[in-house]
Amino acid sequence: MSRYYTEDHEWIEVEGEAATVGITEYAQEQLGDIVFVELPEEGAELEKSKDAAVVESVKAASDVYAPITGTVIEVNSALEDDPALVNSSPEEDGWFFKLTIADESELEGLMDEAAYKSFVDGL
Amino acid sequence: MMSEEETETPPETLALDAWHRAHGARMVPFAGYEMPIQYEGIVAEHDWTRAHAGLFDVSHMGQLTLSGDGAAQALEALVPGLVSSLKPGKMRYSLLLAEDGGILDDLMITNTGEHIALVVNGACKWDDIAFLREHLPDEITLTHHDEQALLALQGPEAVDALGELVPGAAELVFMTAGYYDWNGVPLWISRAGYTGEDGFEISVPAEHAEKLATALVEDKRVKPIGLGARDSLRLEAGLPLYGHDLTAEIDPVSADLTFALSKKRRESGGYHGHERISAALLDGSQRTRIGLVLDGRLPAREGSEIFAGDTQVGTVTSGGFSPTLGHPIAMGYVEAGRAEIGTALEVQVRSKRLPARVAQMPFVPHRYYRGS
Repeated sequence: MSRYYTEDHEWIEVEGEAATVGITEYAQEQLGDIVFVELPEEGAELEKSKDAAVVESVKAASDVYAPITGTVIEVNSALEDDPALVNSSPEEDGWFFKLTIADESELEGLMDEAAYKSFVDGL
Repeated sequence: MMSEEETETPPETLALDAWHRAHGARMVPFAGYEMPIQYEGIVAEHDWTRAHAGLFDVSHMGQLTLSGDGAAQALEALVPGLVSSLKPGKMRYSLLLAEDGGILDDLMITNTGEHIALVVNGACKWDDIAFLREHLPDEITLTHHDEQALLALQGPEAVDALGELVPGAAELVFMTAGYYDWNGVPLWISRAGYTGEDGFEISVPAEHAEKLATALVEDKRVKPIGLGARDSLRLEAGLPLYGHDLTAEIDPVSADLTFALSKKRRESGGYHGHERISAALLDGSQRTRIGLVLDGRLPAREGSEIFAGDTQVGTVTSGGFSPTLGHPIAMGYVEAGRAEIGTALEVQVRSKRLPARVAQMPFVPHRYYRGS
């Protein structure tokens, strides 16, 4: 299993043929209290760097982009009743969706944990 | 994923800038200043203010005074409320009107006894100053007190916290104000605010602002609160935000602010836009500011279109999730005939049409202290 990060503060964890996507601790901290998460439909075809989900905090709505191209195979239905899971456990229980990996080479452009950490430290 | 608002010129810093940062604030540019958007989190700060007392730095707002003979009468040409009959120590909410009756700003007007004091919105203050200077007679002196900071202490425990620090301040009632002494520091204190809660606004010389803020938060009932919660509190209180719910295109009748039109002056007139406002009072306005409540959890934000069936009948001007009520609320304008309380409408948020109902404002009852 390996986890990658984007400059837009999404994480993506690869497990064999599929990957799980969520937003990082840094992102949830910046967004503040999350009141609603609009997830993609299962079966939706997502394109790398295009809209995948929307996070509504008390303050504002923010887009979440797809880190890679793929088809949504599962969404985290727990976020429907408890969107604050994204605040309390952004990188585990507060995951957003799982998708297929259309093109493994797209992962190469993403950051690993160390690179993302230094990216965030530089913000 | 994140987008920050950009400003044209680098923002100015508040007198309390370092104090905010030391208290864990996240600072964002707003109205030309670096301002604290939040400290521990918007919902926690919002709830704290409703239950205890929140300290807000609103020093970005414009503190102006008008002096000279006839200052009150002169101002009456630009606002629809009575100013000349305001007794010393009394204040009222009013609207600065363009010549066509459009709202240029909303403001508080106080008779301090010495002069007429105005508190105007931070984002409008430079335009307001230019407009006032242009329209007031030359013999009226307009002073911008940018050497003063402005703190708001809001919430049910504000009166106890401030009362212990500043003897006598607790005796003020809603919409009255006076001079107080705090260890030799002169404070101008009003019992007013923009959260719907009982509370105070305290004008303090900027060099003493840090000392006062520190003394206030040393009280366990008081926490510093950011702009984020200020916005959710005022929305729950049904109070319009200039630049969003009020603009120069909107007149006071459409804005549902007829309480700011003094009865006497509705007839006597003599202020900007009186004709248009009288006509709107008589015939009704084409659109009206309303409150909306939504089911579920997905908020409708500013710019969301309001529908009745397939027809767009209005637009949301501010909206968000109400921490107190646990569901989304919004303010907006709808065309005539759609404003009745209980009217079922829909709001478009991205690809979804959300059911909404026109609701009475305030969404959360005001708790002003009007005397026992």
